[in-house]
Amino acid sequence: MNFGFTEEQEMLRAEVRKFLDSKAPLEEVRKIMESEEGYSPKLWDEMAQLGWLGLLVPEEFGGVGLTWVDLTVLLEETGRSLYPSPLLACTLAVIALCENGTAEQQQRWLPGLADGSRILSVALQEADDRLSPDGTQTTGRREGEKLILRGEKHFVPFATAAHHFVVSFRNSEQPDDVSLAVIDRNADGVEVADTRSIDTTKRFGVLTLSDVAVPEDCVLGESTPASWPAIARLFDHAAAAVTAEAVGAAEGGHALIVEYAKQRMQFGSLIGRYQGVKHPLAEMYVDIESIKSLLYYAAWCLDESPEEAPLYVSMAKAYASDAFTRIGIDGIELHGALGYTWEYDAQLYLKRSKWVKSAYGGSDHHYDRVADLGGF
Amino acid sequence: MDFNLTEEQQAFRDEVRRFLDENLPPEEERDEMFQLKWGKLVREKRWVGFSWPKEVGGGGGDIMEQAILKEEMANRRAPPLGTCIMGLAWVGPAIIQYGTQDQKGRFIEDILDAKYQWCTGYSEPDIGSDLASLQCKGVREGDHFVVNGQKTWTSLAQWAKWMILLVRTKANTEKKHDGITCLLVEMDSPGITVAPIQNMSKQPFFAEVFFDDVKVPVANLLGKEGQGWQITIGALANERSGISEVTGLLRELDLLKELARNSQLGGRPALEDARVRRRIAEYETRVAAMRFNGLRYLTKQIRGEPLGSETSVNKLHTAHIEKYTAEFALELQGSYGAIAPGRNHPIDHGRWQKEALGWCTAVIGGGTPNIQKNIIAERILGLPHD
Repeated sequence: MNFGFTEEQEMLRAEVRKFLDSKAPLEEVRKIMESEEGYSPKLWDEMAQLGWLGLLVPEEFGGVGLTWVDLTVLLEETGRSLYPSPLLACTLAVIALCENGTAEQQQRWLPGLADGSRILSVALQEADDRLSPDGTQTTGRREGEKLILRGEKHFVPFATAAHHFVVSFRNSEQPDDVSLAVIDRNADGVEVADTRSIDTTKRFGVLTLSDVAVPEDCVLGESTPASWPAIARLFDHAAAAVTAEAVGAAEGGHALIVEYAKQRMQFGSLIGRYQGVKHPLAEMYVDIESIKSLLYYAAWCLDESPEEAPLYVSMAKAYASDAFTRIGIDGIELHGALGYTWEYDAQLYLKRSKWVKSAYGGSDHHYDRVADLGGF
Repeated sequence: MDFNLTEEQQAFRDEVRRFLDENLPPEEERDEMFQLKWGKLVREKRWVGFSWPKEVGGGGGDIMEQAILKEEMANRRAPPLGTCIMGLAWVGPAIIQYGTQDQKGRFIEDILDAKYQWCTGYSEPDIGSDLASLQCKGVREGDHFVVNGQKTWTSLAQWAKWMILLVRTKANTEKKHDGITCLLVEMDSPGITVAPIQNMSKQPFFAEVFFDDVKVPVANLLGKEGQGWQITIGALANERSGISEVTGLLRELDLLKELARNSQLGGRPALEDARVRRRIAEYETRVAAMRFNGLRYLTKQIRGEPLGSETSVNKLHTAHIEKYTAEFALELQGSYGAIAPGRNHPIDHGRWQKEALGWCTAVIGGGTPNIQKNIIAERILGLPHD
C-alpha cells in the first residue's frame, strides 16, 4: 500500500510549478484573464510541447498515456496559479473520447488535443441545470445518415475557444436514452455565446444548436453509442477535476493569508500571534488536508476502482465546495480592507471559490449523492 | 498510489476476516461472557499491542499489518483489542521507547493482559493547556524521589493501580520544559490521597490526586531526569494518530442512521428528509477524510518520515464529530431529546443524552481543540507563538 505520489509525479509537480511560476505569475494571470480569448494561446502551445495537454492521451495517439492521478497533480498546480486555460474542457473531451470513442474517432480527435492544435469542450448541461439523465433535453433526430441536433447547452467551459464540442443529447423519450456526439463549431446552426463568470480566470458559454446536422460517425461509439453511465462518469471526472483545481487554489489563497499574518503588525504585535487569526488559519489547514485525502483517493478510484469512484468523488467535491467557500470569505476578512481591493490577490481566490462551489454540483448535490450511494 | 496489498498482507487480512467470521457474533449477541472470551482470544492471537515488539510480549506486527487489522476490526465494528485504556494508548509505548529492561518486564505484559488500569497525572489545578508550567514537585533523595503537590482531572484515578506522573525536578530552568521528569507511581503508595470529582452526569469519572511526601523508587523513573516533556510529547502524539478512532466513529454513525430511520419528521422517517440526510452525509465524509488522512500519514511512516503535528488534524475532526453527532441525535428526538438518560428513557435508554453530556473526555483530554489549532498554526504554518 502506498497512499502518496511517486517520484515521477513529484517531478511533474515541480516542473509544472516552475513553468507556471516563471510564465504565469498572478500579474500575468490578470492580463490573460482580461484578454479577449481568456487564455494564452502561446502558453497553451508551450504546455502542449511539454506533453501536459496529452497527459491522458494514449501514446499511440500522440499523448503520454498517464493516469487521472497524474492529471490531478497537474490540475492542483494550475489551480494554485489560478491559471486560465481550457485545460478542464479539453481534459473532459479526452476522457469522453478515450472511454467511448471508436479507434477511428480517437484517431480523428485525440492527436489534435495532445498537440494543442485543437480545443474540444464538453456541452453536458442545460438551462435547468440538472446533473441527471433528464438534464439532457437536447434532441437527436435521425434523418437518413445524419443526426439532427436541436437544443441549448449551458455552462460550456471555454466555449468561445473551442473548435469542437462533445454534446450530450436525447435519442427518445426513454429517461436514460442519452448519447454523446462531437460537433464542429463551424457547422450550420451552431451558435456560441459568451457568458461571463464571476471568476474571470474561467470562461463558459451557451451553445445553441438549431437543427445541426451531424454525420453518423460523430456519435461516440457509433454502433454501440455511449449512454447515461458514460455521461455520469464524465460528470464524476469533471467534479474531480474541479476539486483538484480547488485544492491548489485553496492552498494558494491560504498561503497568501499566512504570509500576511506573519508580516502585518497591529496593537504592537504580528496579527498571526492572535488566536482570532491563527485559529481560522489552522482550521483551513485541516480542511485542505482533508480535501486532499478525499480527492487523492477519489482520483485513484477513477483510475483503478470505478465502482467506488462516485461516492468518493462526491465526498471530495462536497467537502471542497463548502471548505473553499469559507477559505475564500475568511481570506478577504483576515486581510481587512486590503482584501477588498481589486489590486490585491485575495479577491481572485474568493472568486475562484464561487466557481468551484457551483461547477458540476455544489455541496448539497454531492452530499445527497453520498447519502444515496451510502444506502441511507 | 497503490492500495493493493502484498500477498502476505492479503493472507493476513484473510486471517483476520476468518477470525472475525468465527469469533465475532452480531452486536445484539455480544454479552459479558462474549467480552471475556473476546479479550482472551485476541490476546492469544497477540493482537493486543499488535505493533509492540515480540520480546516484550507484543505482536511484532508492522504498521501496515496494524492498519489492516484496525480497518478490518472497524468494518465489523469489533470491540477494542485490549482494555487497559491508557496503558495501551501511551504508557506502554512510552515504556517501550524509554523504559529500562526491568520496567518493560514489570509493566508491559500486565498492560497487554489488562491486569489493572493506568491513570495519567498531567493536569494540575492551575495548569491545564499550559502543561509545561506544571508545579508538582519531585526531589531526588538517595534511591527515591519524594513527590509533593497535586494533580487534577485525573481520569480513572480511583480505580487505577499505577499512574504515569509528570513532576518538576528542577526549578528555574531556562526553558520550563527542561525541568520535567516522568515517574511511574503505584497508586497505593503512602501519602497519595484520591478525591473523586463528579462529572456533569454525576459520575465520579475523574479525580483530584494529592501527593504528600510520596516516595517513588528511582527504579520507577521513566527515561532520564528532565526528559519528561520529550516523553510526553511522543506519548500524546501517539494518542492522536487517529486511525483507531475511526472505528468508534463509524459505529456512532451507524447508530445515528438507525435513530434517523426510526424518528419521524413531518410524518415520515427523518432519514428521508434532505437536511437530515445531508447532515449525516457530512459526518460520513468527515470520517472518510479521517480514514484517508490516517492512510496518508501511514504512508509517511512506511517511507520512514517522522509524523509531526499533522496528527492534530484528525484530533480536531474527532472533536467535531463527537460534539455534534450527539447534539444532532437529540434534535432528531424532538421533545424526547431533553429527557434524562436512564432505564426509563424511551429511546435507547438515553444513550444519546449520555453522549451529549459525555463527549468531553475525547474532546478535552490530550489537548483541547484550541490547543490543537495552536499546534497546527505554530508548528506547521510557522505562525508566531501566543
